[in-house]
Amino acid sequence: MAGAISSGPPTSTRTYQGLGQYLMLPSWVIIGFFLVLPVGMMLIYSFLTKEFRGGVIWEFSLSAYDQFFFDRGLFGDEPAKIEWTYITIFWRSIWQAALATVLCLIIGFPTAWFIATRSGRNKAILLFLITIPYWVNLLIRTISMKFLIRDTGPLNTWLIEFGLISEPLHMVNTNFAVQLGLFYSYLPFMVLPIYASVERYNNSLSEAAADLYASKFVILSKIVLPMVKPGIIAGCILVFVPSLGAFLAPDLLGGAKNFMIGSLIEEQFKGNAGNWPFGAAASMILLSMVLVVLLFYARAQDKGGQNHG
Amino acid sequence: MARKVDLKRFPGFQSMTYLCLILLYAPLLIVMVYSFNDSRSITSWGGISLRWYEDVFFGLEAEKFRAAAFNSVVIAIIAAITSTTIATMAATGMLRAGKFRGKSFSFALINLPLMVPEIVTAVATLIFFSAIGFNAGYLTILIAHIVFCIPFAYLPIAARMQGIEDIYEQAAQDLYATRFEAFKLILLPLMAPGILSGFLLAFIISLDDFIITNFVKGAGIETLPTAIFGAAKQGIKPNIMAISTLLLLVSVVFVTLSYLIGRMGQNKNGKQI
Amino acid sequence: MKHMLKLGASALALMLATSTAHAEGKLSIYNWFEYMPKELLDKFSAEHGIEVTMDTYDSNESMLAALKAGKLGSYDVSVPGDYMVKIMASEGLLDTFSKDELSNFGNIEPKWVDVSFDPGRKSSIPYQWGSTSFAVNRDAFSGDIATTDMIFNPPAELKGKINVLDSQGEVLAFAALHLGIPQCSTDREQLKAVNDLLQNAKPHWASISSDIAKDVLVSREADVGMIWSGFSAKAREEGANVEYAFPKQGYVVWMDNVVLLKDAPNRENALKFMNFLLEPENAATLTNFAQYTAGVSGSGAFLNPTVAALPESNPPADGNGVFVQACSEEVQKVYDTIWTNLKK
Repeated sequence: MAGAISSGPPTSTRTYQGLGQYLMLPSWVIIGFFLVLPVGMMLIYSFLTKEFRGGVIWEFSLSAYDQFFFDRGLFGDEPAKIEWTYITIFWRSIWQAALATVLCLIIGFPTAWFIATRSGRNKAILLFLITIPYWVNLLIRTISMKFLIRDTGPLNTWLIEFGLISEPLHMVNTNFAVQLGLFYSYLPFMVLPIYASVERYNNSLSEAAADLYASKFVILSKIVLPMVKPGIIAGCILVFVPSLGAFLAPDLLGGAKNFMIGSLIEEQFKGNAGNWPFGAAASMILLSMVLVVLLFYARAQDKGGQNHG
Repeated sequence: MARKVDLKRFPGFQSMTYLCLILLYAPLLIVMVYSFNDSRSITSWGGISLRWYEDVFFGLEAEKFRAAAFNSVVIAIIAAITSTTIATMAATGMLRAGKFRGKSFSFALINLPLMVPEIVTAVATLIFFSAIGFNAGYLTILIAHIVFCIPFAYLPIAARMQGIEDIYEQAAQDLYATRFEAFKLILLPLMAPGILSGFLLAFIISLDDFIITNFVKGAGIETLPTAIFGAAKQGIKPNIMAISTLLLLVSVVFVTLSYLIGRMGQNKNGKQI
Repeated sequence: MKHMLKLGASALALMLATSTAHAEGKLSIYNWFEYMPKELLDKFSAEHGIEVTMDTYDSNESMLAALKAGKLGSYDVSVPGDYMVKIMASEGLLDTFSKDELSNFGNIEPKWVDVSFDPGRKSSIPYQWGSTSFAVNRDAFSGDIATTDMIFNPPAELKGKINVLDSQGEVLAFAALHLGIPQCSTDREQLKAVNDLLQNAKPHWASISSDIAKDVLVSREADVGMIWSGFSAKAREEGANVEYAFPKQGYVVWMDNVVLLKDAPNRENALKFMNFLLEPENAATLTNFAQYTAGVSGSGAFLNPTVAALPESNPPADGNGVFVQACSEEVQKVYDTIWTNLKK
């Protein structure tokens, strides 16, 4: 065995040359069998027929996608019109996720920059403070937010006590609450990748620009932002993608009237609807949207890689 | 030469940072504070007391929460051990085994659980188990947890391995150690902080998971997050705040541990992970 | 690493064993949320040495969907409402028992034995019965509340302060009562009218949810809440100044029943449990907790007097409560569409 190394100059990654596939085997099997295969099965289910009162029949049908895109009236016998309901839910989800991303960016970028430009101990402490909420249970964070903003919750109580408002602001079960929940849930996801980018940023670029009489604003917009763009894009993806499929924020903070994709899907499996093929179809559509976003990301990264060598 | 203006400073960035921290922590701190509220109503303040903690441990729902906590911890330990093992092997394969067929595909595969939205993973897993007639129970939860814990365990392990040159293993092999011995006696001990850090993250990810567990759990089985969700659906009660505070502290302790262990490893070897 | 693997493998094997084997002495219940006092389950466990687990649901329809989607075979009993018993029987989800298998069968109040949804009680026993209507906060509204207008055509000060149960059967039955049309009507115009009614009322509703039904009244996020009678009483107990309405157009009465599920993993224990619930004292414990009415003779003696005297449990003499009907497949499909239209 030891003779293996005499067969050439040692390179830093070849100690276990030839064992790669064996070492990867458990990952392949587990993820392939319990994630890739299930997604394939979900695709099949989206083309099955819903049984009356729940359950599925193994018969090919396009009715799940038909229900998603076309409205055939109350009795199913009118000419097909475009069904706007689910498109609206998807559009609302995209809009909410995009808004959450922008808000996270507005707060997250300055934060990431500020932390990355601190020194030593301060930097470590600030970074750690951002990291902790990243790992704290999302359910608990959403419950906390709901408690804070309910009509008789601490926020309204204090606002009234300080005389800023006279009637409690109604926030729970509104789109605003969902937005707040998404923003709050995924804010750390924005800060961390931007931080990593800023860390790598070489400040002598700013200094060179300043020597050439560039203003701070110009330095920020023309030099810093383009250089840390990969981190910003990564942060935006990490906020946008989970926001798009979020379930807890719309469910706990939005009530049943501010559906997002996640709550629509959940309703098909855990709620009254019991329409698995439709839920599978909605999941497939969500997954395709996410894959498109990730493809754009991969392409942007490739381009970035070329630009910066 | 000192510059008149500090180019690393932009106006308002500092206040944004404080705003960000307040936004992140205020709801959590308020729930923590209110979990010590003596009042039966969750909205009015009735002085400090531990009654809701007593309620969590000895009250009407104590048994349910205890069983759920036990399930959560057992599942998290097994899922974390299994996924850390798989992730360690995968990292060794990706970083120490040169080129092989399917390498770039493997990288995408390991990261797949991070890219697929959680609700889609939940739906797909539920459908799959149902289609193959696999009875939902502990095992369905466990398998699902192992799958999504793999990338979380992989990240710190791979980061650590990248920071360790393979000269030590090479030296061992020059001294007639087999590759397995080199792995066991050299690489693993050097990797220990990374592996432990990966294990802790996988543990906390499994312990915290709600969405996937909620879809694949079987009859009569609850984990702590699903039990909390079930209770919180009917309104946030003070005992929910107490148990949330406890779970929150567990997360904080584990993340801190993972962080410190990661740093310890760095200092000893003087290398950046 | 070897140790880790070994440990993992043996633990896996252990989990496998516990998840597939149904040991002696277990009972798996699928029940509504907040519908079973813990003390009663503890008593049953202690008396029979049976370990009980319970999952909960928040509507008849979601219970049916879950069972049809593969949960059948993992529960022994569930607690469907009247019309749902009939549907579950027609779907083949229920097992039957004979009277001799339940020594307390004779305790069932005579009027609840030969019920239309399970004639002669072959698969079910009474659990609790009560009504579904709505509760109104008297601090918010002082006028006449005995009309379904409170839900479907609310006065200005209550608009946007209404919660409606996430329960298809009950909401659609209420809509039919409001319109004065029969339930499960096959008339296209009437079905359209139901759809329009709900679409027009929806903007006035703050939420459509069952599990928060009591909480929103207590926290005053809603001032009108469609609600089950016992929950209304509990909301008042928790401090909400609510009055339960018996609208003149009618309201829904229901009976929840413990049914023996098909493929029950612990059929014997399920029957022991049903027999246990037919003991007058145990039925009364249930009533004292849930604040509805038991269908068991002799349970009155063990009742908490305040529970018996609740306004919710004592409708006016001219009150016209109706049961929710199980519709034909043809109508049910339209009902499903109406419901989806409402929820989306």
